[in-house]
Formats: sequence, structure tokens, C-alpha cells
Amino acid sequence: MKLTVSVNGSEVAAEVPDRTLLVHFLRDVAGLTATNVGCDTSSCGACTVLLDGLSVKSCTLLAAQADGSEVLTAEGLANGSGELHPVQRAFHAEHGLQCGFCTPGMVMAAVSLLEENPAPTEQEVRTALEGNICRCTGYHNIVRAVLAAASERQAR
Amino acid sequence: MSILGTRVTRTEDPRLLTVGGTYVDDLRIPELTAAARVTFVRTPVAHALIKGIDASAARAAPGIIAVLTAADMDDLPPPPPAPAEGEGPGEGAPLPLGAPWSEPLLAVDRVRFVGEPVAMVISDDSYCGADAVELVDVDYEPLPAVVGFDRALSGESLLFPEAGTNVAASSGQPADPAAFDQCEVVVEHTIVNQRLAPVPMEGRATAAVWQDGKLTVWVSTQNAQISRFILAGVLGLDPASIRVVAPDVGGGFGAKIGADRDALLVAWAAKHTGHALRWVETRSENLVAMTHGRGQRHVVKIGGTRDGRVLAYQLDIVQDTGAYPRMGGFLPFLTGLMATGPYAIPSVHAVKQVVVTNTTPISAYRGAGRPEATAAVERAIDLFAAEIGMDPAEVRRINLVPPDQFPYHSPCGAVYDTGEYVRALDVVLAGAGYAELRAEQARRRDNGDVRQLGIGVASYVEITAADAAGGETARLMVHGDGTATVYTGSSAHGQGHHTAWAMLVQSELGIPMADVTVVHGDTDLIPLGVGTYASRSLQLGGTAVVKAAVDVKDQARQVAADLLEASAADLELDVDRGVWQVRGDPETSRSWADVAAHAGPDGLAADANFTEGQPTFPFGTHLAVVEVDTETGKVTLLRHVTVDDAGTVVSPVLAEGQRHGGIAQGAAQALLEEMVYDADGNPVTGTLVDYAIITAAELPSFELLASETPTTINPLGAKGIGEAGTIGATPAIQNAVVDAVRHLGVRHIDMPATPERVWTAIMQARESQ
Repeated sequence: MKLTVSVNGSEVAAEVPDRTLLVHFLRDVAGLTATNVGCDTSSCGACTVLLDGLSVKSCTLLAAQADGSEVLTAEGLANGSGELHPVQRAFHAEHGLQCGFCTPGMVMAAVSLLEENPAPTEQEVRTALEGNICRCTGYHNIVRAVLAAASERQAR
Repeated sequence: MSILGTRVTRTEDPRLLTVGGTYVDDLRIPELTAAARVTFVRTPVAHALIKGIDASAARAAPGIIAVLTAADMDDLPPPPPAPAEGEGPGEGAPLPLGAPWSEPLLAVDRVRFVGEPVAMVISDDSYCGADAVELVDVDYEPLPAVVGFDRALSGESLLFPEAGTNVAASSGQPADPAAFDQCEVVVEHTIVNQRLAPVPMEGRATAAVWQDGKLTVWVSTQNAQISRFILAGVLGLDPASIRVVAPDVGGGFGAKIGADRDALLVAWAAKHTGHALRWVETRSENLVAMTHGRGQRHVVKIGGTRDGRVLAYQLDIVQDTGAYPRMGGFLPFLTGLMATGPYAIPSVHAVKQVVVTNTTPISAYRGAGRPEATAAVERAIDLFAAEIGMDPAEVRRINLVPPDQFPYHSPCGAVYDTGEYVRALDVVLAGAGYAELRAEQARRRDNGDVRQLGIGVASYVEITAADAAGGETARLMVHGDGTATVYTGSSAHGQGHHTAWAMLVQSELGIPMADVTVVHGDTDLIPLGVGTYASRSLQLGGTAVVKAAVDVKDQARQVAADLLEASAADLELDVDRGVWQVRGDPETSRSWADVAAHAGPDGLAADANFTEGQPTFPFGTHLAVVEVDTETGKVTLLRHVTVDDAGTVVSPVLAEGQRHGGIAQGAAQALLEEMVYDADGNPVTGTLVDYAIITAAELPSFELLASETPTTINPLGAKGIGEAGTIGATPAIQNAVVDAVRHLGVRHIDMPATPERVWTAIMQARESQ
């Protein structure tokens, strides 16, 4: 089918097989490979992107379901002049990533969390990120990074 | 001031955070533009004879380029003869034991575990590959499956009939019964150290191209050079005609050591068909076809005096190595080497047996043999403490090797280099507020609270860079523009090598980290190297970088002397400013760019290979605090306090990150994760819905305490830190769970301490009272 998706502010129009998953549309059609596939059961969250502002697991949606919508991936998070998003900055400052595979999805989930709950407690961060698996960090520094990003947002 | 030991953020991060890493599936390079997809046909039957394979329907399906089976593999050299004793091809090689235990590439006439590859579908894309896999008709004649230690040992059904047994290796004599004669108290218990799935977030992935007589293989591996060695042997190629690239690797945890049969098959198929190929496994494939870890059953026997002195310890190990004895065949020997842990126990015996079963092969997983040793002895110490009615921390203090005994020759044959074991224990007890915790526990017990408190302690010593003599390589170049490039034989998959190696160069030469590029994982650029496992990177690979830097510095001194028309002996390197000058005369300073350019068009370069005289032995103590709901059996990990002393710390940020990750994986084993098979060899936990992988919601933040006792084995003073977490955390948390319900009569709960297990243990203890 033919579809048009706004990806990080750019229109991507293509004809793809009906069964194409959104994550494969992003990776193979839009050519944006930050979004990773870490499982096949919607468990790990490595593929998390924002669809019309809400976090979704892009392996669990058909590309067709995003027709006419806006998708934001990790590549689109920094601003036009290349300045990192506060969540990206906090992940760097707090050593919230190691191998980097879960990171784009984790960052997008954290961005979504802070949109919904700008001042979460540690436990709220932990619960909110339950659908995003990281095998390297033990989550310790991810949680610290999200709390630090929240503080920075509050301070501004 | 040296940059070493300071809190530097990682150089890797900006790229990983913005455009993401470049993992095998992300490679958008000309060689792979037209790459076809590989999808494996894997057996759903654990143990069966293959009576026939009909791939005709799959071959006719849309988008299918080829379907390959073992019958197509007529272009391979004969497998090498079984290696002689002590001449194995190294860790990660697929055939460590040789015939009759040989592991084929594609299954030939028999399958031995669910997930074993039987055929390969090569297709235009992964969607039609997945469709065609369903069309490959394999005729299986089922055989009785061998699952579990006892069925393996019984030998009723054999995986390798020509071997005549399921026991692939064994060693060690049972303890002399007299060893326990002097003991006032003897405790014995059977403990299962369950099978785990490593689950790196990036599963296995391989791409390969055969072009103009050269094979290029991109593989998600911890060891590019070892992978090249294995590929050359299996494919019968000159190593010089193979290039292996490890691009960004999304975690390994030991399960990506070398290249396994699936990766070898992709490389073979690229050469065989002439197509550029790419294979990226699904998570459900990963959970059954990547190697698993642990899988040991222990019978521990511990004895000593009523005042807390341990006199004798026996560890009887059965290792389930899965269907083929890969590194799993070696793990119990590491377990035996570390059997006594940090304790001075006069009489020790370890007996090891390795059995094959119709399950996924076992190999290294974060700790690889040492967490098993620590889990066994730490449970044994707690069982002994409970039996004599002494505080388990006190029993540890009495038996820990004292600081004046180093280097300590353990009765198991290891030489512990340096240690302050009692101090590590005391620092953790003080940091956790041990007395207060015990008081709170007593209060809850007195009140009969539903939610009881458990406090678990584990002291440990582990072995890192076990293959110290294998060494590691580094090449350092300083270019005419003053920047530097490090080519390291070590290999990063999240540890932060690029940051740490740049710190070492800045510390030694004064070239700012930002001007240091680190390259790893490309055998065309770095033909010699070992890579990453056994917590070896910093102590071997890092020291090699330092060694190369010292060499470059020596060369630079001569060049700078020529440039400044001064005596080399009068020159000094001002590391803070990164300039050469006549001693005490900053006016004469010359930059690295000046010196390297003056050295010639190629700048300065040095190669180094660093080997250690022996492995190093990090140590520490972990303390876990759990809450157990005695009505439901649910365990909540409230606190986790640790000392992990790995000698001199180069990067506190990276070292802490390693500890955090290891603690979480230890908690996962203690509380949640287990790879389960039914009696027919069907994996019950073959997806991430069923395999209870740990998440942020099940963990607290961790309390890390600092301790640095340098080793004398390498000039950095550094030991390995990568595996400390799983080694220390697992038994501390398990001990805490048992401790929470000990007053109810519970002596032991096997891992994972799920609500069902804890609840059952409480019920059984009540019934028996």
C-alpha cells in the first residue's frame, strides 16, 4: 500500500507491502537505524518511538497504522542546531548507556514519561520504564538520568 | 593531575544517543546493499533422527534464492582431528572436544536440541524468508530426550551413541571421608545453579561477502581475531584471505565469544552461493539457539568447629553442558579452581562431571564458572552458620584469608595476588548499618510481621584474565597533526574501551582525549589480538596501550632532542600541556604535532603486546536486604550494598557501570530468571514473555562503596571488574531470601526465589515442625 508518514519532520512517502511493520518502515524505507528490534513479543522496548507524541513500540504497529501521522525517533530528538535533548544530555552525563542498543528506545520512553509526568519519583520512573529492557546498566544510571533530566526541566 | 581515576563521561555516547550505533543489521555499506537475508530452519524437536528434508516447496516460494542443507556442504575441509591435551583451539572454538562429541554446522542425520539449525533459507527479504521456513518439510523420527542431570547421568538414552556415555568429561577424586573427622558439625546440601539465557539486547547477527577470493564477515562478536581463526579452520581458508569486522556490538556477556556455528554457516553460505548475505536472529531464536549459561548442580558438604572455624569443604559438581560440549565443558574446572572462594579452608575437594543433554549448549555467561563457585560456598557458609547458631558475617570474618597471607596459594591451585577480604566485609557491614538491620529484623520477627526482613552477605574472590599469558595487543600512532590513533586487539561491546583507552593515552602522553581515536574489531587493521572475555580488557589491553605509549614517548624524546638541538636526557614531557621541552624551560616547548611531523611522514608509531605472569583476583563483599511477604512468597530487593575491589580504578564511571549491570544480572538469577525445559526437551521459556528478564521495576538503586587494593601483576595495578556483580550479588540476594524465613525453619531455597518457591518452602517448613 501507499503511505505517507512524517518522520522527524520530513515526509516519507512509499509503497510498501501491507504487512510491513512500522519499525521496518523506519529502518529500511526511511533509512533511520537508531530504532532497533530487540525482541519479537513487544517485550523489550528497543523499538520505542513517539507516534503523534505518544510512545509506541514500533515493532507492534503496522506501518499502515502510521499513515498520515507524525513519528519522532531518536534521530529527530536533538534540535536543528544539533543541541542534544535534555534526556539525551542526561543519559550522557549520568552514564545511562553502555552498549547503546536499548538506548534510542529507552530515551524515547523517558521523553514520553516526562511529558506525562514532569516530576516523577524514582519508583515512578522505574515503573514507567518497565517495558524497556536494558541488559548492561542495571537501570541504575538510566533512572538517575531520567530524574536528572526531570530536574533540569523543572529548573527551566 | 592525571586524568586517571577521574569521572570522565564517555566519548562513545553522543553517536549512540543521536544516530544510534551501527550494529550488523544497521550496516548500510556498498558491499551489503544487495545482501540477501538468511533465515534458519531450526528443529522444533529436541532429539530425533532426520529421515529426510523436502525443501522443494520452499525453493519454489516467492522471493526465495536458495534453501541449503547439510547435503550442500560438500566444499568444506574435513574437520580437524581432536586436539591433543592442552592444545585446544582456544575459547570460543566450536569443537573443543572433537570426536565423538563433534558439533556439525547444519545438522546432518540427527538433531540434539530445539533450535539446532537444520537448513538455511536465503531470500530477498526477511518476511518471505520467514514464510519459506514454514514450507521446509523435515521428517523427524523422535528419540527419547535427555533432560536434567539425573537422566543424563543414567545413560538410558545417549546423545552420542558412539561415545557410550553422556558424561563428556570428569575429574577429581571424592574427599577422603576422614577429612570431616575433626569437624564438630557437618552440613550437606544439594543446590541447583540454574540455567540462564544471556539475552544481550542485540542478538546474534552476521553478514558476509565473498568477493575476489576474499571473505569479509561482519559479526556481532567479542573477538574479531578469534572469529577469523575459527572461520579459517572451518572453511579451509588462509586467514589472510578473511577479514572479520566487529562493528558496534549490542552486548555480549560471554555469549558472543568467538563465532558460533550459525555465524560460520552464514559465512560459508556467502562463499558457497556467491551472494552477499545478512542474518539477524529473532529474540525467540536467540533464546534457544544462542548459548545459555550456568546449569550446574552442586552437592556441598561443609564441616567445622562450633566456634565457627571451617575445616573441610567438598564440592561435587555436575555441569549440564547442553547438547554439545562447547565452553560448558570447561566451566566446572573454573568452578573447582575457585571452590573455596576467599576462605582459608584446610581440606578441600572438588569433583566435576560434564554431561550432555538435549538442550541448548551452555557456554560462558558473565562470570562463567565463578558465580557458580561463589554461590555454592556462600550458601555452604550460611548453612554452616545456621547450624552452629552464629552470625553468618562473623563466620565469614573468622575464615577469610587474612591480609598477611598474600600472595595466597589456595588449596585448589590458584594464587590470589592481593586482597583485603576482612576489610571489604567490614566496610560493607558498616556501610549497610548491619547492626540496625539485624535489630529491625528481630523486631519484625518478634511482631510476627507478614513482611519479614532478610539480610544476606556474600564475600567473594574471583579470577580475571584467566588466560593472562594470552595477552593483548595495541598499536599507537601519533600523527603529524598531533592527534593519535589506538588500534586495540581488545573489543568493546558496551564497556567503554574507547573512553578508557583515550584516558590512558592522555595520561601517558598529554594528548587530549578528544584527539585520540580508538579503533577495534577489524582484522585488516588489527590482525593480532584476543578480544574481550574473562574481565581481561583493561589489565591486558589497557596495559598494552600504556606500553605502546611509553614506547612512543621514548621515540618522541629522541625526535624532540633533534628538533630542539638538545640532549634527550635534558628533555621532559609536560603531560598537563602535552608538550616537549627542555627541562624547566617552557619557552622551548614543542607540541606533539611538531614532534610527530618531524619524525617523518608517518609520524610516530609503536606496537605492544602485554601478557601477565598470572591472572588477577578481584574480591569484595555484597550485602542484600530483602523483604519477603510470608503469605505470598513475594520477594522485594530493598537494598544492595557492595565493595568490589578490582585494584586501581582507571575510570570510576565505567567501573561503577560494570558493577551496576552485574548486580542486576545477579539479582535476576537470584530472584527471577531461569531457562526451563519440559521433560521432552521443549523450551518453556523461549520468548521474552516467558523468560522473566529483570526490569527497572524489580530493582532498587545500588549502594556502591569504594575500595582499591592494587595488584602487582600489571603496572596499572588493575584487576578486572566486568563480572564482579554477578559473582557477588547472586548469593548475597539468595542468602537474604533464606535469611528472611530462616526463623520459620527454612534452610535453603533454590534460585530463582520465585514467590511459588518461597511460599512452598515456608509451607514445607511449617508442616515439618
